[in-house]
Amino acid sequence: MRHTLLAVLAALAAALQAGCATTGEGDPRDPLEPMNRAVYRFNDAVDEAVAKPVATAYRDVVPAPVRGYVRNFFGNIADVFIGANNLLQGKVSDGLLDWFRVVVNTVMGPLGINDWASEMGIEKHNEDFGQTFGWWGAGPGPYLVLPILGSSTVRDGVGTALDMYTDPVGDVDSVRLRNSMVVTRLVGVRADLLDASRLLEEAALDRYTFQRDAYLQRRRSLVHDGSPPRERLEEEEPAREPVNAPKPSSVYDGGDKNTYLPRVPANYEAVLAAGASHAKTP
Amino acid sequence: MRKLLSFLFVLVAAPAFAPAALAQDPGAPDVLVRTVTLEVVDLISKDKEIKSGNKNRLIEVIEAKVLPHFNFAAMTGLAMGQSWNKASGEQKKRLIEEFRTLLVRTYASALAAFSEQKLDFRPLRAKATDTDVTVNVRVLQPGAQPVAIDYAMEKTAAGWKVYDVMVGGVSLVANYRTEFNNVVREAGVDGLIKNLQSKNRTLAPVAEQK
Repeated sequence: MRHTLLAVLAALAAALQAGCATTGEGDPRDPLEPMNRAVYRFNDAVDEAVAKPVATAYRDVVPAPVRGYVRNFFGNIADVFIGANNLLQGKVSDGLLDWFRVVVNTVMGPLGINDWASEMGIEKHNEDFGQTFGWWGAGPGPYLVLPILGSSTVRDGVGTALDMYTDPVGDVDSVRLRNSMVVTRLVGVRADLLDASRLLEEAALDRYTFQRDAYLQRRRSLVHDGSPPRERLEEEEPAREPVNAPKPSSVYDGGDKNTYLPRVPANYEAVLAAGASHAKTP
Repeated sequence: MRKLLSFLFVLVAAPAFAPAALAQDPGAPDVLVRTVTLEVVDLISKDKEIKSGNKNRLIEVIEAKVLPHFNFAAMTGLAMGQSWNKASGEQKKRLIEEFRTLLVRTYASALAAFSEQKLDFRPLRAKATDTDVTVNVRVLQPGAQPVAIDYAMEKTAAGWKVYDVMVGGVSLVANYRTEFNNVVREAGVDGLIKNLQSKNRTLAPVAEQK
């Protein structure tokens, strides 16, 4: 566990250094693209050779209910720090509900293998240290692809290091048990992503770009608990701003400099008109 | 066990879930999303051919039931962003055609992976006069945070049309924007059309391949 932690920190340090050396070409959110693409290719090769086949076998061999127990068991452990992160973000009732989930699922689960709390309507949340930093105003920083762990940013990388440091599974004394828990959890997570990764392959023209943009959008949404402030209109051609286009329902707050969400485009009316005529002549 | 749990649930959580009794307009965007979604899920769960993996049949269902409610021209324009103005009328028509095919095939793939998860249709939070709304649906699954599926919809002369779908906070249209702009910058609008065509060819259901 400590070794993985060190590896993550080393990668972050290297990334930061490389970041200072790179000039601002290409996508401003991804100044380290050449390095990231190399790590991405490496991860992809490992995934194709090991992770995906193992996860596929796991999904084909282990019956769905048992996979559910595994997912719930580790989900229950994760709820401890999901609750802690909610509290750190000042979301007291969410945090306490997360811990209530842990109590319910650990006692009645038993040991968390069933998610009774969700059945009772106490929903699971998605929180981690990266989101807590973001909630307190830390921007994502340059996009990073971490070895094995995949998509991240400088902020989320530091968050991941903390997530690992505080991971209760890391405190299991028996090395053998701890390692098998870590591996089982990883295999389960990868198995749950099999459909998503197939979809990614099908939908994307360039998987690297598609995955990066999806990750950045997803994290931004998570930091704002599913309702991020809307983006401003495209900046480049302010003169072309449409006169009668519907205004975004909330005003851009200027706090988050990401510019990858679509909003009403400059040629909005032309687009709608094209849509109308297209609909009439299929 | 379940009975005890539901009893506890009623005690603990029911007040928060008290439904606002609303008279629902059948033309409202949230009602439309619910009706179409439930109809499609029902069709798929009953259709033997689809269950045995017939992609073409699934695509037929999507074309008949889902597509009429999407504005693909708006989606393509939004995905193209700045590059949209660089395309001629003919190029736009072909871009819309190819992007539509790509989205339908991807959507079919996503639907095929859908099993009996529970759906939670959220009440619409919009004024009756709004012409641009977001309809929220959530897919509930034990052991994981619910996945939000948000449909951005626009009121047009032909009824409410979807112009973007956001899954877990990821806008489909926005996600294509960088890719599209990169290709257009390197290979022009025609390059993008070719790129989409060859992508679609690799996704074509077996029966269609020549």
